[in-house]
Amino acid sequence: MNKKFRLTLFVTGQTPRSERSIRNLQRICAEELQGTYEMTVIDVVEQPQLAEDLKILATPTLVKELPPPLRRVIGDLSDTEKVLLGLDISRVDGFNKETGK
Amino acid sequence: MSTSAITAVEKLETGIPGFEHVSVGGLPKGRTCLLSGTAGSSKTVFAVQFLLEGIRRGEGGVFVTFEESPEDIMRNMLSFGWDLGEFVVERKLAFVDASPQPDQEVVEAGSYDLGALVARIEHAVNKVHAQRVSVDSLGAVFSQLSEAPTVRRELHRMAVALKRMGVTAILTAERTEEYGSLARFGVEEFVADNVIILRNVLDDEKRRRTLEILKFRGTDHGKGEFPFTVIPGEGVVVIPLSETKLEQKSSTVRVSSGNDELDTMCGGGFFRDSIILVSGATGCGKTLLVTAFVSGGQKQNDKCLLFAFEESREQLFRNASGWGMDFEKMERDGKLKVVCTYPEVMGLEDHLIRMKREIVAFKPTRVAVDSLSALERVSTGKSFREFVIGITSFIKHQEIVGLFSSTTPTLLGGTSITEEHISTITDSIILLRYVEMFGEMRRGITVLKMRGSMHDKGIREYSIDGEGMHIGAQFHGISGILSGQPMQVSQPDIERMGSLFREELGE
Repeated sequence: MNKKFRLTLFVTGQTPRSERSIRNLQRICAEELQGTYEMTVIDVVEQPQLAEDLKILATPTLVKELPPPLRRVIGDLSDTEKVLLGLDISRVDGFNKETGK
Repeated sequence: MSTSAITAVEKLETGIPGFEHVSVGGLPKGRTCLLSGTAGSSKTVFAVQFLLEGIRRGEGGVFVTFEESPEDIMRNMLSFGWDLGEFVVERKLAFVDASPQPDQEVVEAGSYDLGALVARIEHAVNKVHAQRVSVDSLGAVFSQLSEAPTVRRELHRMAVALKRMGVTAILTAERTEEYGSLARFGVEEFVADNVIILRNVLDDEKRRRTLEILKFRGTDHGKGEFPFTVIPGEGVVVIPLSETKLEQKSSTVRVSSGNDELDTMCGGGFFRDSIILVSGATGCGKTLLVTAFVSGGQKQNDKCLLFAFEESREQLFRNASGWGMDFEKMERDGKLKVVCTYPEVMGLEDHLIRMKREIVAFKPTRVAVDSLSALERVSTGKSFREFVIGITSFIKHQEIVGLFSSTTPTLLGGTSITEEHISTITDSIILLRYVEMFGEMRRGITVLKMRGSMHDKGIREYSIDGEGMHIGAQFHGISGILSGQPMQVSQPDIERMGSLFREELGE
């Protein structure tokens, strides 16, 4: 099954936390997502109206618009388990890990 | 280095009636103020009113909501007659909606900050050229996010950012107790420069709202709790008692009480700018004296305003016509206005504001209140004292003559709480008392005090008939009327008393 993911990451400026979240997202996308994904990074300092429209409170915030349902995860995405849980994505290698193979 | 670059703290008007007086000019400009209060203490109304005043003055406003959705706030504020939606369309007001989104669950995966919130506030401030920002309420952020230390740190950052933007801001916070810690979640730590507390205390089954400015760093403010009320169509109205300075002018012009004999007892009538208290037990003729006072004004071409809290219009008018006074005609001629209200329909603070408004609108030269003790029923001791001071000083300030009646709880002698509060503020006190003598109830009147004038010191008997009150001769040979225990004093005793004083005088 080939799902198309549309992910938007809201960050504030180029802080260590912003950069960490971008790296974490790229890693998760590459390692965990089946199918194609479209990833946008938005700096709320430069585009505050977009943050307003989506009612973003904290940064970094990852918003998954597609596939539905809309989900959001906040934080620097260092906890991969929670990110996947928050995005409602089951792990590709989840089964393998559990069996230890 | 010159110190001229540092200026004293400026104040910004909030548009909340009475608050400017209590705060000596408003909120410290360019600073952040913590507005703390329990649930239902009108924090949001205060915060909105502050922004509306800015809009009226051509300054934009930003409302940051963590709790209710902007739609809910707009709907709630419509009941005050404030159409916030219109201001949003005109780009005078902007909402930053940080309220919880119920359809979206938020998962926290790693560390975060509130950079987006700060960026959105700044964006909104720029969009509407805001000078004022209200944030409602800080505690609600803690329920949206789990990392309390992070939230606290980030809210501090927001407060710093607001200061940098140069706006004057109100941050509301909730408390759990009326007299306890300043706010929940320790939010007071970062906005400790200026703190206002709104209270909504249940006292003897009655709600009493007060506002206290705990501190304004580097600038002056009124101390203590000030009562306030929330009025539909207006919002928060603070009742500043300190406004009532004792600077009334004193008049020597006399006005008639409507009873010639009483005028004589008072040395020619009441003074134009004085407050007269008529005290008496039930049925002894207080309302009659009030009615006479009203009609006495007609002869002098006075405009009279009568606040009645015990009797209905019909009753008052009927009784007046029984004594030959045509209240209806007086009202038609614009010489009289009768305002009848049940004391229970609203709180005492609301009564005070309403009465002040009526006085300002009608511009009477005489005001009568029948009776103060009926109002006492609906309030606590503290509120009542504030009310009495508020209304009497206001009336005196307008340089009109005020007549208040008060009912004593006991039939014979005695005083009421009302008098306790009012007797030092009133200029004249007239007592009406029942006198039990030889198995008969008779009535006595005396002018207990009258500032700045000679007056009759005797206790005179009076009677009431179809034409009104008739004051007769002094009670002779009777003592103890005011204490409620009249005793006959024998003639030799009186003579002996008289000679006693003569001896002392060296005669």
